[in-house]
Amino acid sequence: MPDLMGVSTYASVFLTMALINGIACLGLNLQWGQTGLFNVGVAGFVAIGAYSSALLTTAPVDGRFGGFGLPIALGLVGAMVAAGAMSALIGAITLRLRSDYLAITTFGVGVAVQLILRNEQALTGGAFGISFIPRPFASLADRPLSFGMANLALVGVLVVALVMALEKLVRSPWGRVLRAVREDERAARALGKNAAHYRLQAFALGGAIMGLAGGLEAHLIGFIAPEAFDASLTFLIWTMLVVGGSGNNMGALLGAGLVSVIWSASGLATGVLFAPEEQARAAALRNVAIGVLLAATIVLRPRGLIGERLIVSKHLGELGSGRSPSAES
Amino acid sequence: MTLQFLADGLIAGSTIALGAAGVTLTYSILRFANFAHGEFISWGCYLTLLISGPIGAWSASSIDAIGPLSVGWNVVLAAVLAMGLTGLLAVALDAILFKPLRDRGATITAVMASFGASMALRALLEVLFSSRPAYFSRDLQIAIRVTPGVRVTPDQIALMGITAVLVAALHLLLSRTGIGRALRAVGENPALARVAGIDVARVIRLTWLLGGALACASGVMMGMIVQIRPTMGAELVLPLFAAAILGGVGSVPGALIGGLIVGIAEAATVQLVGSQWRAAVAFLVLIGVLLIRPTGILGRAE
Repeated sequence: MPDLMGVSTYASVFLTMALINGIACLGLNLQWGQTGLFNVGVAGFVAIGAYSSALLTTAPVDGRFGGFGLPIALGLVGAMVAAGAMSALIGAITLRLRSDYLAITTFGVGVAVQLILRNEQALTGGAFGISFIPRPFASLADRPLSFGMANLALVGVLVVALVMALEKLVRSPWGRVLRAVREDERAARALGKNAAHYRLQAFALGGAIMGLAGGLEAHLIGFIAPEAFDASLTFLIWTMLVVGGSGNNMGALLGAGLVSVIWSASGLATGVLFAPEEQARAAALRNVAIGVLLAATIVLRPRGLIGERLIVSKHLGELGSGRSPSAES
Repeated sequence: MTLQFLADGLIAGSTIALGAAGVTLTYSILRFANFAHGEFISWGCYLTLLISGPIGAWSASSIDAIGPLSVGWNVVLAAVLAMGLTGLLAVALDAILFKPLRDRGATITAVMASFGASMALRALLEVLFSSRPAYFSRDLQIAIRVTPGVRVTPDQIALMGITAVLVAALHLLLSRTGIGRALRAVGENPALARVAGIDVARVIRLTWLLGGALACASGVMMGMIVQIRPTMGAELVLPLFAAAILGGVGSVPGALIGGLIVGIAEAATVQLVGSQWRAAVAFLVLIGVLLIRPTGILGRAE
């Protein structure tokens, strides 16, 4: 049955993309959900990961930097290092200042990265982006379903490993300090915890995870271009986290899945319902909906679908739930 | 290199300064960075465009250009009305979005909410007006030679004059009147201001009205000088914040200085490096201020 094959292939590609967004969402959850740090330039950090991995793994191209032909795994490591280092740099400049300066600066990172992607042809390929990025399981490429499933399995395994690692971190003394810093910095400092240090670590690690998401996107699609990393990606990732429930890794993944479904379904619906010349307006209508969804969730259901569970330590179990993260002190 | 970039920069800087004055006002009084401020700029400009049509139809003579300017009284009148409407838009957004968060004590979350609101407001403009650029007037203006190598149009001179008047008026309002004292008191300490008999809710509404009206003025200027597009305000957000922080958050004269500096730096970059890098200037200014003097030129340490 070719139809079933087609649907399964579509489903595997869709789920893979949803999981990749989920990884970026997990990175944001570490920054905002656990530590209360704003990052309004998520797309910029994802882009740094995507382009780093692409430049490290592609074959050399005339007139463009990079093309080192390294293995994909090394490319992904490079993606995490580059995005993590950029996050550490931005964090070092802004984390000591008022909390919304970080938001403004990361917003600027998003704008600046987008400019570099579009204009630095010799580094990023400009508006045409980078193509012929090596893809995992390339030998299966002529069998779309197997290819899609293999990629889905790869990303799935990475997500499970990442969630397990993050859950362990959250329950560790390190995770406890992050929440202590978020809830009451003065008290955390009184206990001898260097708040600035912990914030910087969480911000850099979250950025590295976003870089991983970008690297995976580059390798699984095989092609990257500036439009994929504009401000609407940041909006989508934020909506995923807020809708799913910030402070909760499962919430981040649930939100990523749900918002991906809404986004794709609305895209299909507007494609059918509107005439070709009205498509630009229809796309704008989707953005109105996502913006309203984000704002409405923040006001009406700040915990999201499944909010944060209060965990002091893995030895104590759960302390009950029902509290929205990060009220300003 | 000619000195034309100075003239271009002062003009672009004026539009940034008007927006930055609104940002610095809401930032210092309500204590959060409002990412939707750029949308007030776009909405103000589109509202002016929308209102100027019927006024022109009602009184055909109002379309005639005023003296050497490119627009008629219908646009001027529409801009004044739109300033009020944009102020009301800001008040309404506060009532449905920011006030519930403020009451809950979740001020940080308000920044995120403003980010979502900016997306929705901008996309709504695209739905209503499409993303095709619009213009107040299609007349070409002849630039006047001011000094050798420096030319400006009559529109640009008039708009710089209006900026100076608006910023001076706002500064006098804040520093010399009882209303201004109430505004500053709420910015310093809302609880104490309430104890002293200040109607805090009214002060907050006034803050949004002023911020929205200034944003509208900035949008109309940008619409006259460049063109009218749904993304015009969103592209100004980073320059606005850079100017407000450079000038010192809470300082209206600071916003003017910051806006002019960012505008001149942008114009110099266009002339020396290339127009595609203009948008990066505000980011570099921002990073520079945060590294060297986070309180800004006229700001006070907290």
